[in-house]
Amino acid sequence: MDTVIVNENDGVKDGVDQDTVDAVREVGGAYKHGWSTDIEMEYAPKGLTTDIVRLISEKNEEPQWMLDWRLEAYERWLTKTEPDWAMVDYPEIDFQDQYYYARPKSMIEKPKSLDDVDPKLLETYKKLGIPLKEQAILAGVEGAENMGDEPRKVAVDAVFDSVSVGTTFKDELAKAGVIFCSISEAIKDHPELVKKYLGSVVPVSDNFYATLNSAVFSDGSFVYVPPGVRCPMELSTYFRINAENTGQFERTLIIADKGSYVSYLEGCTAPQRDESQLHAAVVEIIIEEDAEVKYSTVQNWYPGDEDGKGGIYNFVTKRADCRGDRAKVMWTQVETGSAVTWKYPSCVLRGDDSQGEFYSIAIANNMQQADTGTKMIHLGKRTKSRIVSKGISAGKAQNTYRGLVSMHPKAKESRNYTQCDSLLIGDQCGAHTVPYIEVKNNSSRVEHEATTSKVDDDQMFYCRSRGMDEEEAVALVVNGFCKDVLQALPMEFAMEAQALVAISLEGSVG
Amino acid sequence: MTAVAEKTNPTEALISGRDGAAKGWSKAARADALARLRAMGVPERRDEYWKYTRPDTLTQAGAPEAAVFESDEAPIFDGVDSLKLVFVDGVFDTEASDDLALEGLTIERLETAQSDLHWARDVYGVLEANGQTPVARPLATLNTALATDGILIHVTDKVSKPVNLIYHHKSNTSDAILHHCIKLDAGTELTVLENGPAAARLNMVTEVEVADTASFNHVRAQGRDHERRAATHMFARLGTESNFKSFTLTVNGVLTRNEAVIELTGDDAKAHIAGACVGDGAFHHDDTVFITHDAVNCESRQVFKKVLRNGAVGVFQGKILVKADAQKTDGYQISQSLLLDDDSQFLAKPELEIYADDVICSHGSTSGAIDEDALFYLRARGISHGEATDLLTLSFLAEAVEEIEADALKDVILERLTGWLARRRG
Repeated sequence: MDTVIVNENDGVKDGVDQDTVDAVREVGGAYKHGWSTDIEMEYAPKGLTTDIVRLISEKNEEPQWMLDWRLEAYERWLTKTEPDWAMVDYPEIDFQDQYYYARPKSMIEKPKSLDDVDPKLLETYKKLGIPLKEQAILAGVEGAENMGDEPRKVAVDAVFDSVSVGTTFKDELAKAGVIFCSISEAIKDHPELVKKYLGSVVPVSDNFYATLNSAVFSDGSFVYVPPGVRCPMELSTYFRINAENTGQFERTLIIADKGSYVSYLEGCTAPQRDESQLHAAVVEIIIEEDAEVKYSTVQNWYPGDEDGKGGIYNFVTKRADCRGDRAKVMWTQVETGSAVTWKYPSCVLRGDDSQGEFYSIAIANNMQQADTGTKMIHLGKRTKSRIVSKGISAGKAQNTYRGLVSMHPKAKESRNYTQCDSLLIGDQCGAHTVPYIEVKNNSSRVEHEATTSKVDDDQMFYCRSRGMDEEEAVALVVNGFCKDVLQALPMEFAMEAQALVAISLEGSVG
Repeated sequence: MTAVAEKTNPTEALISGRDGAAKGWSKAARADALARLRAMGVPERRDEYWKYTRPDTLTQAGAPEAAVFESDEAPIFDGVDSLKLVFVDGVFDTEASDDLALEGLTIERLETAQSDLHWARDVYGVLEANGQTPVARPLATLNTALATDGILIHVTDKVSKPVNLIYHHKSNTSDAILHHCIKLDAGTELTVLENGPAAARLNMVTEVEVADTASFNHVRAQGRDHERRAATHMFARLGTESNFKSFTLTVNGVLTRNEAVIELTGDDAKAHIAGACVGDGAFHHDDTVFITHDAVNCESRQVFKKVLRNGAVGVFQGKILVKADAQKTDGYQISQSLLLDDDSQFLAKPELEIYADDVICSHGSTSGAIDEDALFYLRARGISHGEATDLLTLSFLAEAVEEIEADALKDVILERLTGWLARRRG
């Protein structure tokens, strides 16, 4: 049985195929990560005031400059209004009715090593398929051992509500000179790097949610790859919202110094709750001369139930700054979760010959609303960008691609290619495309193509005539539709993403 | 409202001192429009719908001066047998116009049509008001409230020749507000030709009601005056199996904003809207199109081509909205610019908003310079650089010109474009 397309060339077809198929069958269409961990938590009082900002800073044992930075952000936030231009519709958020800080009690005394971490927490991540024991590969991708000459390793930083639980493979990374730790540790241990780069890509007052994040971010990941170093393994952060009525505001800062390379994976889940929860993250990436960063996300926050009750409001600001010449960044995202998504990972192509790529699959089912896309700001000469966006709408969902391609007058001989395709499953959903194209010199070429269609009748007939049921056939066709993007994902994520695509669409036909 | 407030409020400043020609049946529509305008206010620079075009010179109280362009070129459609209606600086010129009589239709001036049971009651300001959601178009509302002249055409039978509206510009400060209504009964056909700059500043609204199986063809050339400004709106409502085709040629003009708001309300209707513009220097051209599919099996096509040089700016904002019941929609949209030098700009926002699943909708947008390979190919065959560039430019524009229904009109337009290119080459 073939519910999932596996690329013929990736050499793991048999083993993985069965795995993903089993995974799909096992969860039976329900949100897989909807359970919660019963664990003693420590909360800051509800609401947002300067006292809360001070408290968060204090809990993280931050220096004065960091607190000042937060307080300035808080003051700015008070003057800002929520953006309303996205094609999403949700009840007004009461920002004073949220917890801005929650951490497991066992984390008050920071564990010295992973062995000291509360077993309940470790169990949580194990259940999510993210073992915090240092091991060669992510679980669930059996057969992957045979992939290359060396076993693949992935270092994980796990963030649970407001705090980082632990980071694996730290020592091995340190040998290569790579710093991979939680941002709260980085503020303490590498203040010069944090001071230099934090807020330099996404300024404090960039937008409403980024400003909020700047004031209250509690944890997140920090990566520094020194000049000329190719990060020896993939880095990964796993975000989990567990506590009720709690917003997660994580901040990620990645710095790829001259000539370095790093691949970074991000995953996220949350329990199934009736109340909507807020997630407002900021990711900043700095890429110096000749460096390359790959950033991949599988976003699987709880999407709410079929009637749109509950779910995560995902308001995220992600931006990469290609500062040096020939810098390269690649964003790949699979957006299947969240009740509301507001997310535009962007590339500022400042260095000459720098490159930005954006590959996206956004799936919205039931009552989900997604407004997502990218910005490609071409400033340097001969800069290149490529956008491939696949939007899939099912149920009563609304899915919007919103993007900007801007060629500045000095960005001579630059190039952009954009393709955004939308697929509609059912007649209750919507698919929208809102691209902005600004070309201010004539030696650059910009091409934009977009299509919207339904699942092809001929393809469906072909699959059905070979004995597939309707749901399997749709999953197959949709996976084919997404192939360009799935191929851009690191292998482990590609497998998970394929399974997710099928799960997210369950119940959308028939 | 106090006198001071009136001066600082741009909407009141623009309204002040104008009274339009409120008579008979149009009184109520105009009063309603004035109230709507006051509620929405004139467009401002920060408005998202005016992101790429500054509205200030279109909304300031008086028209900015525009020198009259002297040319010995004959008006573009002079060679076409048509009923000619002439406006000078936005005022109907009875002397210069043909008699208001043509078999198959009735024509009246807006100000003379006063009967309370006039057919235009159901069109004037009605299509315009309908076109205000989801995006406000205050300049059109202003026009409904304060239009000073215009014509009303009701097509009831077979018409033997096109109606040609000719707009002369004679005063440096003329500020024209024209409002036309056209109604085509079921099964009828009409071609409307428009040419000329009209005024130093023109605000024009055309409302077209196309009944079932009727066909409306529209070809427009906006005049060569360099300093003129224009904000035009075409509102059209299409019935079952009807056809709508509109093409606009724009050469020169410091500021042009052409909006088209087309609603396909009957099954199997077709709407094609196209534009070719060539700009050199102080030239800002904005095509803003909004097509709503609200019926089954309709087709819409938008084809816009812009050739820009010496700092000229081209803008395209196009949208296809497919409502939930508009299954089997075929929507297509292409916007392309050819930038002949490094100073020119192309700003585009091609949008799709789709709520029906059984549709084929696509759009494309490109921007770039002349294709070097194509140029090399022509040069290798002994064609001079200038001639080769012209040839490629003309072929780039031709896709939009092809949207014109009548071959004779296509040739007229291509001839003008060739003339523009030749003049630029010197």
